[in-house]
Amino acid sequence: MTLLQLHEPGETPLPHEGEQTAAIGIDLGTTNTVVAIADQGKPEVIRGEKGGALIPSVVAYAPGGRVEVGETARRRLLDAPETVVSSIKRLMGRGARDLKELSGSLPYDLAPDDGGMVRLTVSGKRLSPVEISADILRAAKARAEASLGRAVERAVITVPAYFDDAARTATRDAARLAGLDVLRLVNEPTAAALAYGLDKGVEGLYAVYDLGGGTFDISLLRLEKGVFQVLATGGDAALGGDDFDHAIAERFLEQRRAAGKLAAPASADAKMILMTARLAKECLTEKSDGTWSVELGGAVSRHALDVAALEKLIQPFVARTIAISAGVFDDAAVDPKSIQGVVLVGGSTRVPAVRRAVEQFFGMKPLSNINPDEVVALGAALQAEALTRGSDNLLLDVTPLSLGIETMGGIVEKVIERNTPIPVAKAQEFTTYQDGQAAMAIHVVQGERETVDQCRSLARFELRGIPPMVAGAARVRVTFTVDADGLLTVAAREGSTGVEQRVEVKPSYGLAEDEMARMLRESIEHGRADMERRLLIEARVEAKRSLLALDAALKKDRLLLDAAEYAAIEAEIGRVNAAMSGEDRDAINGAVQALERAVTPFAQRRMDKAFAEALSGRSLDSVAERMEAGAKKKAS
Amino acid sequence: MTTTGTTIRTGATRGAAAPAPCWSCHAPVAAADLFCAGCRAVQPPGGADHFTRLGFEPGFALDAADLDRRYFALQRQLHPDRFVTKSARERAISQSQASSLNEAYETLKNPLERAVYLLKRMGIEIDPGDGVTIKDPALLMEAMEMREALSEAADTAAVAKVAANAEAERKKALEAVAAAFATLNHDATRTTVLRLKYLTKMDDEIRARRAALRTVP
Ligand SMILES: [Zn+2]
Repeated sequence: MTLLQLHEPGETPLPHEGEQTAAIGIDLGTTNTVVAIADQGKPEVIRGEKGGALIPSVVAYAPGGRVEVGETARRRLLDAPETVVSSIKRLMGRGARDLKELSGSLPYDLAPDDGGMVRLTVSGKRLSPVEISADILRAAKARAEASLGRAVERAVITVPAYFDDAARTATRDAARLAGLDVLRLVNEPTAAALAYGLDKGVEGLYAVYDLGGGTFDISLLRLEKGVFQVLATGGDAALGGDDFDHAIAERFLEQRRAAGKLAAPASADAKMILMTARLAKECLTEKSDGTWSVELGGAVSRHALDVAALEKLIQPFVARTIAISAGVFDDAAVDPKSIQGVVLVGGSTRVPAVRRAVEQFFGMKPLSNINPDEVVALGAALQAEALTRGSDNLLLDVTPLSLGIETMGGIVEKVIERNTPIPVAKAQEFTTYQDGQAAMAIHVVQGERETVDQCRSLARFELRGIPPMVAGAARVRVTFTVDADGLLTVAAREGSTGVEQRVEVKPSYGLAEDEMARMLRESIEHGRADMERRLLIEARVEAKRSLLALDAALKKDRLLLDAAEYAAIEAEIGRVNAAMSGEDRDAINGAVQALERAVTPFAQRRMDKAFAEALSGRSLDSVAERMEAGAKKKAS
Repeated sequence: MTTTGTTIRTGATRGAAAPAPCWSCHAPVAAADLFCAGCRAVQPPGGADHFTRLGFEPGFALDAADLDRRYFALQRQLHPDRFVTKSARERAISQSQASSLNEAYETLKNPLERAVYLLKRMGIEIDPGDGVTIKDPALLMEAMEMREALSEAADTAAVAKVAANAEAERKKALEAVAAAFATLNHDATRTTVLRLKYLTKMDDEIRARRAALRTVP
C-alpha cells in the first residue's frame, strides 16, 4: 500500500496485525460473561466501551425481533421483564423437571416440551437455552472484534467442571451458532488455576473453590513445572449465588403473604423479586443491614434484612459446598489443611460467610488476588493462546462424573469412573440374555449412584442385527470415548461371529440434529450481518491506520507540499473522517483510496528526499544500519 | 442385559517390533517411535504394554515420582492440546495416543491395579468383577471383623479409628505383595494381591461411610 511507504523504513505508527484471526477466552457465566485475550502469556480482559469487564448474561428479546444483551438487557427488567431472560446457563442441557421453582412460579415462561431440553417462550418466540446462550456469545464475540479491530472466530470457552455431557454439548452447540470455532472446552477451576499458576509460578497442591451464580465446583490440582494436573473434582451444577437470591426472595414473599399481600407471583414478578433479592445480597457483603421494597400488582411491601439473617438463610448452601469439598478431598486421600493454597473463583465468593467457611475448612486464608470475576476468562485466554501458538504448559483434566450402562434390574455398570484423566477410551463386553436375541438396548447414564433412576440418562440406542445365537454367546463390545473437551461418544459392536455392526451415538439430551441444522441456517443470516459489521470495523481500523501514518509524515515533511497540494490532501482527510463516522464500508474504503491517490506525489517526494539525504552523507550510517537490519531479518 | 465384567483395552495393535509405514508419508517408522522421522506426523499408539509405553521394565517396584515425570514428558508431546491446529487425522491419533498413555499411567500408578495387571501378564486372573470371593479363612475372619467394626462406628472419630487400622493393614499388605513378586512365588503373589484387593475395597466402604456421616446434619 502506498501510504505505508509514507513512514520511515523500519518505523510503523501502529503494530501490524497478523492475517490470522484472533483466539479469545470466554467465561460464559450464569450471571456474567467475560472475554479476554492473551498475548505472549499475558492475558487481559477485553472491556466494554464504558470500561466494564462484565457482560451481564442477560438477553432481552423485544417483540419486534430486536435482541439486546448485557447491561441494556438487564435494564429492560425494569420496564419489560417479560422480554428478559437471565441465568440461562442453569438450563443448558436440562429438562423441564430439573428446574428450580420459586413459590410455584418460575422466572421463565416454559414452552410445552417434548421431553428433551427445556424451551422458553419469550416475546412470542420459542427459544432453546442453546439459542439464548448463542446470543450472549455473539455479544462477547462482538465486543472482542470491536476492541481488537479484527475478526474473532476461535475461542476457548469455559464450563463448570461438574457440567455433565448434555450441558457441555449444549455449550459447544451455542458457540457454533454464534459463529465461534471452539478450540477447547476448559473446566472453569482449571482455567483459574492456569491464570494463578502462570502468574505466580506456584508449585504443589492447590484447591480451586468456585462458587458462581448457578454452579459450584471444587477441584484439587497438582501444579508442577508447567503441568496442571487435576487430581479430583466435584461439585453441583445447580448450586450457586442464585440459590442465595432465591432464599432471600422466598423470605420476602413469605413476609408479604403474612401481611396479606398477593400470593403466587407471575414469572415477570418472580424476576423482579429475584433482582431485589440479589441487590440485598450484594449490599450486605459490605453493609450490616438494610431495607428493600417490593412492589407487586400495586401493593408495596418493605423488608428489612441484616447480615445475621442473611447468613442463616444461605447457611445450608454454604454447608453443602463444604460437604462436597470434604468428599473430593476424601476421594483423593488428601488432607485439606495440607495443601499449598486455595483459590477463590466466582462472584459468590465475595459473600463474607462463604469466605469464612472456606478459610475454616482449609485452615488458611484463601487467595483472591486475581479478581474472582475475571480469573476464569484470563485462564481461558491463556489456553486459547497456548492452543493456537504453542506452549510449554500442559493441562491434564479429568471426567467429573462416572459414565456407565444400564444392566439387568436397572443396575448401573460403570465403564469410566469419575476423576479418570481425559482423553480416555474404555470398552466393556456385554452379552445377550435370550436365545436368538437379535437386538440389544443400550442405555448410557452418567452419575455416581448404583441404580439407573438415580443417575442422569444421556442416551439410548439399539444395536440391531445380532446373528441368532444361544443366550450368552454374543459378544457386544461397548466402547466409551471421552475426548479432551470432556465429550462422550459411545460405540457398540458385535464381534463373536466376525460380523461387525457399529452403532455410534453422540449423547444429545438437547438439540436434535435437524433442529441444530435449522438453527445454523438461521444463524447464517446473523452471520452475514456479523460479517458485514466485521468488515466495517476492519475498514475503520485500516482508515485510522492510514490517517495516523499520514499525520506522522505530514508533521515531518509538510514543507514538501505547496499550499494547494496541502489543501487537497486536507480535503481528502476530511472525506475519510466523514466516511468513518458513517456505516458504509465501501464509502470508507473509497475515501481511503482517493486519499492514497492524492498523497502519491507527496510519498514520492519523501522517498526522493530520503535518498538525497542518504547520498549527501547526512544520515548514511542510519541507512546502512537499516539495510543491514533488513538483510538480517530476511536471513532469519 | 448381563455383563461378563471383563474390561477390554482398546487401541489398534501394531506389530511389537517390526517397523510400520508412516500413515502420512509411508516412510518406515520404528514401533517405539511416536513421530515419523521424515514428516514429523504423530503415529498411532500401537499395542505396547503399559510398562513399555512408559519406558519401564515390567515389575511391581516402581518409583511414583519417576512415573509422573515420564507420563508428563510423554503427554507434553502427545496430548490433543498440542494438535488443535493440525489435521483431523492427526488430532484423532493424538487422542488415541493420549488415551493409551492415560490408561497405562492409571494402571501403573495404583499399586493394586499394577499388581493385577502384572498377574494377568503372568496368566493369573484375579476374580473379575465386584464380589471378592474370599477362600482364605484367615482373611475371611479379618474381613468380617473389620466390616463389623465399621458398621458399629457411629461417628467420625470411630470411623477414623477403623480407617487407621485398615490403612496400617493396607501398608503391610503392600509390602507383602512387593515381597511376593520379588520371590516369583505365584501362589503367594495371588494370595497377597487378593488381600490387598480386599483392603482397598474396605477403603471404599470407609469412604462411603464417612460421606454418609457428612450428609446427616
Ligand atoms: Zn511420515
